[in-house]
Amino acid sequence: MNPLRRPFRELDAFLPQPGDYRFLPFRFMRWSGEETLVVNDVGQFLFLPTTVFQEFLERRLAPTTAEYLNLRAKHFLWDGASVAPLELLATQYRTKKSFLDGFTALHIFVVTLRCDHTCRYCQVSRVSENRQRFDMSPATASRAVDLVFRSPAPSLKVEFQGGEPLLAFDSIRSIVEHVEQRNRLEQRQVQFVVATNLSRITDEMLEFFGEHQVLISTSIDGPQELHNANRPNPERNSHQVTVANLRRVREALGQDRVSALMTTTSRSLAYPREIVREYAELGFDAIFVRSVSPYGFAAKTGEAYSYQAAEFVEFYKTALDEVIGVNRDGHALVEVYAQILLRKMLTPFPTGYVDLQSPAGTGIGAVVYNYDGDVYASDESRMLAEMGDKAFRLGNVHEHDYEEIFGGEVLHALVSGSVLETTPGCSDCAFLPYCGSDPIRNYATQGDVVGHRATSGFCVQHMGIIRHLFDLLRSQDPFVRDLLPSWAFGREPVLRRATPIQ
Amino acid sequence: MSIKLHARGVLAGTLTRPILGRILATPSADLDPADHVWLTSDLAAASGVGAFGAIATTERLTSEALEPWLRAGVPVVHSLDAADHLAPGDIVRLNEFGRLSTLYRGGSEHNSILLTEACNSYCLMCSQPPRLVEPRALVAEHLRLIELIDVPPATLGFTGGEPTLLGSDLLRLIRRCSERLPETKLHILTNGRLFYYESLAHDLAAINHPNLVLGIPLYSDVDFEHDFVVQASGAFDQTLIGLHNLGRWQVPIELRVVIHRLTYARLPQLADFICRNLPFVEQVSLMGLEPMGFAAGHLERLWMDPHDYRAELLEATAVLVNFGVGVAIFNHQLCVTPRELWPFCVKSISDWKNEYLPLCDGCAVRTDCGGFFSSSLRRRHSARIAPIVGPPQ
Repeated sequence: MNPLRRPFRELDAFLPQPGDYRFLPFRFMRWSGEETLVVNDVGQFLFLPTTVFQEFLERRLAPTTAEYLNLRAKHFLWDGASVAPLELLATQYRTKKSFLDGFTALHIFVVTLRCDHTCRYCQVSRVSENRQRFDMSPATASRAVDLVFRSPAPSLKVEFQGGEPLLAFDSIRSIVEHVEQRNRLEQRQVQFVVATNLSRITDEMLEFFGEHQVLISTSIDGPQELHNANRPNPERNSHQVTVANLRRVREALGQDRVSALMTTTSRSLAYPREIVREYAELGFDAIFVRSVSPYGFAAKTGEAYSYQAAEFVEFYKTALDEVIGVNRDGHALVEVYAQILLRKMLTPFPTGYVDLQSPAGTGIGAVVYNYDGDVYASDESRMLAEMGDKAFRLGNVHEHDYEEIFGGEVLHALVSGSVLETTPGCSDCAFLPYCGSDPIRNYATQGDVVGHRATSGFCVQHMGIIRHLFDLLRSQDPFVRDLLPSWAFGREPVLRRATPIQ
Repeated sequence: MSIKLHARGVLAGTLTRPILGRILATPSADLDPADHVWLTSDLAAASGVGAFGAIATTERLTSEALEPWLRAGVPVVHSLDAADHLAPGDIVRLNEFGRLSTLYRGGSEHNSILLTEACNSYCLMCSQPPRLVEPRALVAEHLRLIELIDVPPATLGFTGGEPTLLGSDLLRLIRRCSERLPETKLHILTNGRLFYYESLAHDLAAINHPNLVLGIPLYSDVDFEHDFVVQASGAFDQTLIGLHNLGRWQVPIELRVVIHRLTYARLPQLADFICRNLPFVEQVSLMGLEPMGFAAGHLERLWMDPHDYRAELLEATAVLVNFGVGVAIFNHQLCVTPRELWPFCVKSISDWKNEYLPLCDGCAVRTDCGGFFSSSLRRRHSARIAPIVGPPQ
């Protein structure tokens, strides 16, 4: 009864007309051999034979070809009267830029400039331990905490840096307590972190950190000889002390509460594999292979210019290869720099890493309250001030209010100069959705916040690394093909894939 | 063994429209007789005339036996050709022609209410081909059915046709379930197209049903391929925007993909599309073809031996699970599914539809395997079915 008798239509009744497609925004890059890489505004990508790319550009690509279907599904072209591709792109774009939503989430308190180490690349222009006037006063801390809660971010991270912040442990304690007290009303998610060389850790401090769930971030540059050469402590063996205290901290707080960063110096460049193995031996599950920034003592000692970005890229590739080897041996070790980039390449999600964002996270993502109350958009701009150039000081907690600091001209110029989409060189680059901007570094090395791509070490470094990651994703080795995406997805691979991610 | 859902008998008394009732074997004082269909094998032994919704019996009754009941206005269907399939707690519909249909089986985990046979799509493999009927015609009956369910089941399905064609009445039905059966997982099969209108998505979310999932099919990452399979231009667009509207209001979604010759080739690309554009879905269900309805008529074009698409199935599942999207594989026999995927296979065919081959008797994993649709055994199944020998791993 009443069956619906409609004729069934064939596929060609649903196909768009050949040539009847328009382009959605994308950028491209000639790749090695006969391939061209296309990347859309939200980081979806395809490798096309260059001949096919040409057909695509000339609107000769037929709707029945696999490449047409892939380009359509990945939002490189649209055809017909549909609006769904625009909706989907819009959703991904909003998601990618959603790191802007909460505004400033990371609040760095430089509680003291005093330090017991004399690290060669120190960005802090540290002073020796004896000078108390380089500590943050309670009044300054209090005003800074007020500013922290002026941020709308639902999730706040308060990080203590220095010098060596544990030399001013009393400040840390009172700031943590003050923040928690305020937060009873504010009801945000708050996370505390202490960036420390661990030489001064005591049981009393560990107990406090345990009670308040404080995370520890320490520095380990590599095996003992290298670490001590980079990070000399005039009185003791830094590596030995750090490792011993690392054990103490893990026992007291738990393995997952401590992480480590490394900094690469010209001396480090010869030891990529040794550095990675040191991290594996020390039982870390993550290593962040970063280069040195050209500030502070780094500039004075010539560290900044002592190696070229290209050398760093080679160093990085070898280190990453060693990390993969460590994983192959059964030890789960993530390289964090790759993880951030891969997350941008393989998922629609944003990352919170302020140095790889457009606009840069300076001020709008992270802010620094110096021991003297001066407020800076980033560590780098604070460094610049220590070297005599206060161009990027946003204000002072005692003299300016929230609106003047975060709504002022200095921050505005900094942020608007770091939007890659409007930056010469970057705006045409296929890697734009993956990359970031370091406006202070541009200013320090090239004279203005926008900088000049052709001579930019930042550019060479990132292009080299991103290119390398693409090569690894397309590796013939299935272990590598599954391992790297698993870092982006934040979980172990469950099933082996047969084909590379395309 | 397929399960019987209908019986036919002789109706004494008149019905102007079908009535619904719960099967009752033993009347008791604390049960409202009006809600019940008393299933008896000896009507004459009744001690009085109760005000039942109806009486049902396999006996052939005389007019004398019927007389007191008819005078009391209680319809009686007698001379039923079968009654063994009926159990207390089942909910049946008795119509004007003496047909007693089981709408709900109290003892089953798989009950669905067919809301309407009207549909706005026309899928090439539709197992429930649409009819030209008024979508809202049976709403009163569905509301009554929900009321009659006495023991809240673990799950309840709404199917069709296309449930969203009931418009505001669909929302009424969901609300009624939310009120009477809040612990029951309500699983609604819909093509999602009408959620293109954001107000419908919003209004559905506003009901705040505590335990709801919408099962929405997506057959390709490319619009014209999907539109071809569902035989409706613009369906892909509408469904995608519908999915986004539902996602915006956090309505739980299960994406469903029926795998056949027209959908297998880009299965891995569809998986990637889902990760990239629809990462908020609760689960993706990858489903074998049921050769019923239109699928039977199009079998030569649609049928593909699951053994032949196992590579695409494995790759698509790998893409999804590695990303973090949950996957369930339905209606695939274990012997033709790659072993790595066995943890994702669900023994799922509704119990009134599934069966096994004789050669399955010796299979080591038979109890974990969903077996076949009855229609598959009749029409087409894999040529590679073979019992798994030895202990299951």
